[in-house]
Amino acid sequence: MNHKGMGRLLAGVVVIGLVLAACSSSAGGSTKPAGSAATGGATCTGSGDKGAVKLMINTWVGAQANVAVIECLLTQLGYKVATNTLAEEVAWPGFETGEVDVILENWGHPDLEKTYIKDKKVAQDAGPNGVTGKIGWYVPEWMVEKYPDILDGANLNKYADLFKTSESGGKGQFLGSDPTFVTNDEALVKNLGLNYKVVYSGSEAATITAFQQATKNKTPLIGYFYDPQWLLNTVKLKKVNLPAYTDGCDADPKKVACDYPPYTLNKIAATKFLAKDDAAAKLIKNFTWTNADQNLVSDDIANHNMTATDAAKKWLDAHQATWKAWMPAS
Amino acid sequence: MTAVSLPAAARLEPQTARRLLALIVAILVAVLFVAFQGQWTLPHDEEYPLFKSLNGLRDFVDQNRSVVDPIRIFIGTLVDFFVAIIAGLGWPGVLAVAGGLGLIFGGMRLATLSILGFASLGVLGLWDASMATLALILAAVVLALLIGIPLGILIGRSDRASAFVTPILDVMQIMPTFAYLAPMTLLFLIGSPSATIATLIYAIPPAIRITSLGIRGVGKETVEAAVSLGSTRWQVLTKVQVPLARRTIGIGINQTIMMALSMVVIAGLIGAPGLGRNILQALSKVDVGSAFDAGLAIVILAIVLDRLTDRAGEWMDPRSHREDEDQKRRRLLYGATFAAVAGAVILGRFLPDATKFPKDLTFSFREPVNAIVGWITDTFSGITLAIKGIFTDLVLNPLESILTTAPWWLVVAVIVLIAWYISGRRASVTAAICLGLVILLGLWNHAMATLATVLVATIITLVLGVGLGILTARNDRVRAALRPFLDMAQTMPAFVYLIPAIALFAPSRFTAIVAAVIYAVPPVIRLVDAGIRGVSTTAMEAATASGSTERQLLWNVQLPLSRRALQVASNQGIVLVLAMVVIGGLVGAGALGYDVVAGFAQGEDFGKGLAAGIAIVLLGIMLDRITHGAGGRRTTEVAEAG
Repeated sequence: MNHKGMGRLLAGVVVIGLVLAACSSSAGGSTKPAGSAATGGATCTGSGDKGAVKLMINTWVGAQANVAVIECLLTQLGYKVATNTLAEEVAWPGFETGEVDVILENWGHPDLEKTYIKDKKVAQDAGPNGVTGKIGWYVPEWMVEKYPDILDGANLNKYADLFKTSESGGKGQFLGSDPTFVTNDEALVKNLGLNYKVVYSGSEAATITAFQQATKNKTPLIGYFYDPQWLLNTVKLKKVNLPAYTDGCDADPKKVACDYPPYTLNKIAATKFLAKDDAAAKLIKNFTWTNADQNLVSDDIANHNMTATDAAKKWLDAHQATWKAWMPAS
Repeated sequence: MTAVSLPAAARLEPQTARRLLALIVAILVAVLFVAFQGQWTLPHDEEYPLFKSLNGLRDFVDQNRSVVDPIRIFIGTLVDFFVAIIAGLGWPGVLAVAGGLGLIFGGMRLATLSILGFASLGVLGLWDASMATLALILAAVVLALLIGIPLGILIGRSDRASAFVTPILDVMQIMPTFAYLAPMTLLFLIGSPSATIATLIYAIPPAIRITSLGIRGVGKETVEAAVSLGSTRWQVLTKVQVPLARRTIGIGINQTIMMALSMVVIAGLIGAPGLGRNILQALSKVDVGSAFDAGLAIVILAIVLDRLTDRAGEWMDPRSHREDEDQKRRRLLYGATFAAVAGAVILGRFLPDATKFPKDLTFSFREPVNAIVGWITDTFSGITLAIKGIFTDLVLNPLESILTTAPWWLVVAVIVLIAWYISGRRASVTAAICLGLVILLGLWNHAMATLATVLVATIITLVLGVGLGILTARNDRVRAALRPFLDMAQTMPAFVYLIPAIALFAPSRFTAIVAAVIYAVPPVIRLVDAGIRGVSTTAMEAATASGSTERQLLWNVQLPLSRRALQVASNQGIVLVLAMVVIGGLVGAGALGYDVVAGFAQGEDFGKGLAAGIAIVLLGIMLDRITHGAGGRRTTEVAEAG
């Protein structure tokens, strides 16, 4: 009996608590502090009555930079912006289900492009974002000073012993990266006849940490890396020259014996979103900046502990001519 | 995997015979290994046709999405419901509820702990993220209990149902979430519903298992007495079994919450809001300090929820309430709690926005943590890298090379023999089937590499865990001092300490071993500690009276009598180490862990990732059965000996 009485009481407490909670819930509304609008600068505030735009943030910092800048401008145009951080593989299906409107930086995923652009026709190429991706094999800068001819891919076998680790089974270790990324490393090692073993770091964070340590402690390291990347602002890496890329030399992934192509990174948007052809769609299509621009924002986010929003605001205030050219004529 | 040493000296003869046989087998194996090394190996083939055909599963899921729409919408609504409640309570209300529950279940100390715990989430500047995580966990746990408790009662009362459900639970718990995460988002879309379901799959097994354990734990005599008094099956269940099992069911709820909390980062990977997202963003900046803040918030949530549900379990147990308990006092308690919650909510309405914790109160460990981590890695990385190198060359590489270069049939034969030797025929049949399936999956080579890493990690875990467990069992102060570290090691997501681990040990299998040991050691310590402490005082007193020294007491009384607990501990150790295989894939350990991660990251690799996930399950079931059987067999031997 005791127990029942208690149960009832508790239930009563919970119910009344919930009712109260629900009441005050409707009362609370979020109020954003108004941004201090420098003359002609970006305000990053707006009415939010023009509907929602869903931006996808890829897992790397450069993608946060793209999104933060566009988020500010879309808000200013009166849109409500929702963002979500996701791996690419998980994000693309969102074009079909309506959970993703725009990916601002795509590093060429032929399989996803085929499924969602060609076959399902739920997404479209929205043009380059102006950033060029340079994937390649990199070594810390100090190694170039010590071994001046190391940047020539033909000399790599000479240095294989330097890169031996507990993981590489007697060969030189080539540090492969995050499985999310496009890689040809194993085929390259084989087809260029290199005495190396690809050891996958498994994540971008692991690769970055490895390069940081290799620079700080002057331990030899060669691995997969890419530009633009915020790390390159603080840790200097040099790209090894493999046989130059020519059109189609990477057509058969198993026979690749040439360097990675330069990637013209592009924007991908949901077909439905672009079809509206409103101010948001126009802004997305117009958006294009440079590696240097993106690096400024990424550097502030990753190396100076600024929030993406603050870093974007700083860049927008300093580069008014650039972004004003993206804004649709109203 | 250690050889069985029998305590009873009386059976010397069969023991000698067995040893002789073992020696002959060992020599035979060695000869076969030398003769055939490098032949009949099964090298890894990226193009194995099965991988491609498993990709078809993904497309199938993609085409049949609409079927599960109602489930998705229902779960989404449930999560939104909790989000709305938390938002409505505002931060003062949430603190009041936490304090009130603490007061009711435990008393002033627990109430203070809960309030301080929740307040510190806000102080860390992570109120919003923590509340998003809390809402998702509440939704997953409510679902887990709604489904799990009835199911647990069912399998607690029926052996057939139990035999059917147990292997499914094994798969749910060992199968790495990464392996099915991508198709999960195709099915339930990006965001909270997918994350809730992933959490549910991982967290429901303890709810089911422990409930059934509780029901089975109710003494046969009690049940028979109730039946003989004319109770129907339903009455026996509701009036005898469930009430008496309440305490155990409480433990089940507690474990379910803990498991759910370990899925926070995974939830972030598929777009659910919460602390997981903070950790992932910090990782992309290699910012250990920020990740630590979010990790600490998870630890705090875990500790508060753990203590609350732990006491709630006691509170639910009818036996813990004395008849003469002061009703008035209790009414007063509920009244006070209610008043406090109502007052806090009303107070919240005077704040500009009660859902936002005041910003000026925030404090971050980011900079000190980054400074400390930087100092540690700068100072010690030379030593730690050398340790890694020596250890890998002397232990890990030889073991891996034996497993991967020996003919596959020899490896299978040896493992089957070991299984038979330790746990009997059933375990050896299970081992044979599991290994056969691994071969069919086309993952023999990677599975053997993973097995080598797992074995080494397990051995380190057991050595450390048993050693520390003995220490804490014999010394209350050490135990109290260690407790917060154990809580932390068990609940802090591995993602937080991966970066310093990589800085210290480079991307390597050894780093994966370190992560696995950190994660798996605490439960082993706890189980060993509980086992030794559980040794009856009569046995101890008898031994002391007959003049045993402390040392003799440990080796001759405490350890032998807590064998069963030691077995459970090693079994748990293995299962937990296996749970970290995928994390190993993220820090350079390669093999099955990397395959699973790649399967999540690249659509073309989905089939391989799923196959690798299944291979991990097979290894897990095999190791579990081998060590599990040992527990049963040894106890009977001890019983015989005693």
